[in-house]
Amino acid sequence: MDITIPILILAIPLFMFLFLGLVGVKMSHKLAGALGTLGMGTVLVLSYYTAFTYYFSGNPDFVDGTTRLQYVVFDQTWLQFTDFLAIKLGFLLDPISAMMLIVIPTISFMVHVYSLGYMKGEKGFQRYYAFLSLFSFSMLGLVVATNIFQMYIFWELVGASSFLLIGFFYTLPSAVSACKKAFIVTRFADLGFLLGILVLSFYTKQLDFLPMTQNPQGVLASFGGATFMGASVLTWALVLIFTGGMGKSAMLPLHIWLPDAMEGPTPVSALIHAATMVVAGVYLVARLFPLYMLEDAALTFITVVGAVTAFYAAVVACTQIDIKRILAFSTISQIAFMMVSLGVASRDNVAIHEGLGYMASMFHLFTHAMFKALLFLGAGALIHAVHSNIYTAMGGLRKYMPVTHITFLIGCLAIAGIFPFAGFWSKDEILTACFANHWFWGAWMMMVAAMTAFYMFRMYFLVFWWDNPDYEARVREAEAHGHHASLPHEAPLPMALPLIFLAIVSTVCGFISFGKFVTFDGHEYIIHIDIKVAAASMGIAILSILFAGWLYLKKNDKPTRMADSCRWLWTAALHRFYWDEIYLFITRRIIFDGICKPIAWFDRHIIDGTMDGFAYVTNKASYAIKGLQSGKVQMYIWWYLIGAVVLGLVTAVCIL
Amino acid sequence: MDYSQFLALKQEIGLLIIFLLVFLYDTFACKKSQGALPVITTVLMAVLVAWGFCPVVKADAVAFAGMYVTSPVMVAIKNILNVGVLIVLIQSIKWANSEFTSVRRGEFYELILLTLLGMYFMISSRHFLMFIIGLETASLPLCALVAFDKNRYESHEAAIKYVLTAVFSSAILLMGLSLVYGLCGTLYYEGISYAIASNFGVMTVVGLAFVMAGFGFKISLVPFHLWTADVYQGAPTSVTSYLSVISKGSAAFAFLVVLTQVFGTLYSEAWEWMLYALIILTITVGNLFAMRQVNMKRFLAFSSISQAGYIMLAVVGDTPMGVSALMFYVLVYVFSNLAAFGVIGAIENATGKVEMTDYNGLYKTNPRLSFTMMLAMFSLAGIPPFAGFFSKFFVFTSALSGSESVALYVLVLIALINTIISLYYYLLVVKAMFINDSETPIATFRSACSERLGMWICVAGIIGLGIISYFYNYLLNVVA
Repeated sequence: MDITIPILILAIPLFMFLFLGLVGVKMSHKLAGALGTLGMGTVLVLSYYTAFTYYFSGNPDFVDGTTRLQYVVFDQTWLQFTDFLAIKLGFLLDPISAMMLIVIPTISFMVHVYSLGYMKGEKGFQRYYAFLSLFSFSMLGLVVATNIFQMYIFWELVGASSFLLIGFFYTLPSAVSACKKAFIVTRFADLGFLLGILVLSFYTKQLDFLPMTQNPQGVLASFGGATFMGASVLTWALVLIFTGGMGKSAMLPLHIWLPDAMEGPTPVSALIHAATMVVAGVYLVARLFPLYMLEDAALTFITVVGAVTAFYAAVVACTQIDIKRILAFSTISQIAFMMVSLGVASRDNVAIHEGLGYMASMFHLFTHAMFKALLFLGAGALIHAVHSNIYTAMGGLRKYMPVTHITFLIGCLAIAGIFPFAGFWSKDEILTACFANHWFWGAWMMMVAAMTAFYMFRMYFLVFWWDNPDYEARVREAEAHGHHASLPHEAPLPMALPLIFLAIVSTVCGFISFGKFVTFDGHEYIIHIDIKVAAASMGIAILSILFAGWLYLKKNDKPTRMADSCRWLWTAALHRFYWDEIYLFITRRIIFDGICKPIAWFDRHIIDGTMDGFAYVTNKASYAIKGLQSGKVQMYIWWYLIGAVVLGLVTAVCIL
Repeated sequence: MDYSQFLALKQEIGLLIIFLLVFLYDTFACKKSQGALPVITTVLMAVLVAWGFCPVVKADAVAFAGMYVTSPVMVAIKNILNVGVLIVLIQSIKWANSEFTSVRRGEFYELILLTLLGMYFMISSRHFLMFIIGLETASLPLCALVAFDKNRYESHEAAIKYVLTAVFSSAILLMGLSLVYGLCGTLYYEGISYAIASNFGVMTVVGLAFVMAGFGFKISLVPFHLWTADVYQGAPTSVTSYLSVISKGSAAFAFLVVLTQVFGTLYSEAWEWMLYALIILTITVGNLFAMRQVNMKRFLAFSSISQAGYIMLAVVGDTPMGVSALMFYVLVYVFSNLAAFGVIGAIENATGKVEMTDYNGLYKTNPRLSFTMMLAMFSLAGIPPFAGFFSKFFVFTSALSGSESVALYVLVLIALINTIISLYYYLLVVKAMFINDSETPIATFRSACSERLGMWICVAGIIGLGIISYFYNYLLNVVA
């Protein structure tokens, strides 16, 4: 395959970032937005072209009979340290990277268009588009990485651009602390990732994905059965690498940054914290899946973490009042679905059902990206209309915002798993995969799926039905206080178009026979709906929706009474089971007071003192030899002669 | 005599043609068209740079019974020098057209080109006679260049110091060579390297030490460096940048050739340890002096002394990787140092100020100049991802890849500690520009087109060489 287009896919967003970042300030908002959107549109076309070429061209590079191959488009050595240790930058095409080449530009382009309306008139509009381009570049570089170190580089770039975007409204203290929190938590997790990379490459003597994933037995052999603290070193390496994924994908207990990250502009949440960056952890596990298959212990760890996270996030989502937080917890829960699905995909080094779980996970990643982006963008339209994040400021909005209402409803139906919307198909595959592994995982995830339907429709009813607040009175009151206010209004065109597009995609994309394109070994997988599982999950979802409707359709006191009946649980869930408080206690009381303060004292007095001493000595030495540079040329020559003679004689005496 | 062997000297002939063209233009062109001389020379130089990259030039060749040798490695280092000279020429256009210089600018260009020719021969010679001719061609005209500002007292003083030290160092070098000649009976590099191993004794070591001292003058290794600061400060900025980058780079490469090809057999017996001592002295003393400088040109003089120590680290490993590391270091050093001199020159041309305190608050008035200077300082200090980090990294790697001896590790450790000291004074400049306030900062001005072009090239080099691995890999392949 020609390398021009793959290079352009990465180069255009990078260029747009540099260009908008450096000269954007001098442009008008319109021009900067148009340029950014145009650039992303080009990337969209090129990525589609690349992905479709990969899937459909039948080129023997890409497909061998019925098996899809992994193809390295280019792999340029960047830094050669030793014979086997080199840092390369490359472009890998395989089923999952080609899929991501569709997902990322699609969502990114939608967000670019949407932001034209949403961010209109914001200060730093050009900077915003520059950061969006940087993020798109990093994410694309991450998914096409040919080796684990390239992935790590882009992984960090993704983290950095996420930091910049969350903290975009840098005058808001909450945004500042949220971006710091996101960065620190994910960086902390990345430490595990880095350690995992080091352990893995230390034993396997390489960083490239393909030699590792195509010959997992060779990797196993290179570890030679080494163990550490009761588990094999390979398990440790894999779990450490997964820790990085836990950070980015907001798995318990490293999930705490994601809800706070909602302080960023809403389109950013749609792009980064729903559709792309947060699935990087899932992508990482999928990328190294042949290695994870070697160690059931690592897979079990993933399954357990995923299952607990899914349940936890679903419970918390049932009580939140901020619609973006509800979506954030729903995202955590859905990503946990994908993780569980990967975790249950294999047992005893054999893929169950030809790797159904792997395929289902990727399928859900794909559909979830579409409908979650839709939901976030819809939430953005709501916030744009009422200038508030919390549902008490909303209610009865269906009359004012019909387009948002319909598209949001489609999103909710999709995520709840109602036939024929996208989420139904992928979630059904995940549940089937869970049952195929063990009935317990199936039942557990089925329960979480029911809760998903409940909390999504709780939000839907609370926002669009429930109360009919007197918006006109609110406007009058605000204007009496001298504020500018207006009635809730339908989203402007640049915002409505992405909503409609994504709603259509969320409706139809479940019908793609995904197994034809993405499977863990490249062989085609025929999706057949397990009718029992499908019927059960549908039924349970519909029951949950009806229950939510019974509670929240009209304003009443049933929800309050229910909450009161189990007040402690409700309060605990509202406070997200006090994870943030636990973290604060650990960091403030134990780490800061117990460890950092003594170290700080040591640093200030001992280390600084030593360093000051060195600086003092250096400075003194500098003054002491001042006389050497006397300015007299006869002295220069004198020193010259002494230098030459001493150099010769001392050496002669020493070595002879 | 077979005259066709002159054709082996492809780059030298190209340079000579350019020199003659410039000389003829300077002599015969009418007064009105004289003003075009700087631009013409620069364009011709650019042609020479392009010529150096032609495949024809790269072939291995030997001429004059083995006195002259060329190979892809030689061509590569000459190309690096050409690029450096091109940038110097671009940066000096405004200065050359200024009121005081314009009457004499022809000499400036002719002398620059002639000294470059001398450096070519220094690099390519495989016989000490040819080498001395090259060295002197490269040294003596520089005195005239240093004295170029003949209305300024400092310029004369610098020239006198330079010429006295140069003559003295030549004498020492010749003394060393005659000792070597007396022992070995030949001046061919190859012949000496055969004969010297069997003649190892006090005379050999003293001869070697004197040869090293002679080179030490050109590269400004401590304690042969004392002329550097006064000359750099006194000379016109264009000449200083030429001295600090081109002259030093070529001498460093010639030194590498002489040490490995002539005295290669004495590596572990003798010059390894001598070089250790010189490197430690050079880096440390250079740094200690640089810390306290207030004049920017003097400051860069001491900075360039300590940089010379790092360049020599590439020699100490005595490996093929060292050759590529040295060339890469020189290349990066060309861009970084010329960026710094470009800024200093631009400010000096516009306002006449060269003190570090004058730079206080420069960022507020001239952000782009400050930015360029900051990049140059970062690169010189070796902060990633700029080129200087990688050049230092490769130099350290090559020094350590030669052997496992503890002494090498100690040497590299000392060099590393010194990078920290150097960070201090490089950042002093950045601090002056960005943090320090000044009541009378340098007013906002627009530097000349040529100056900006030169700085853009340097900035592109500093960033590009750091990020794009192609250049280093290319040099590595050329050497291998």
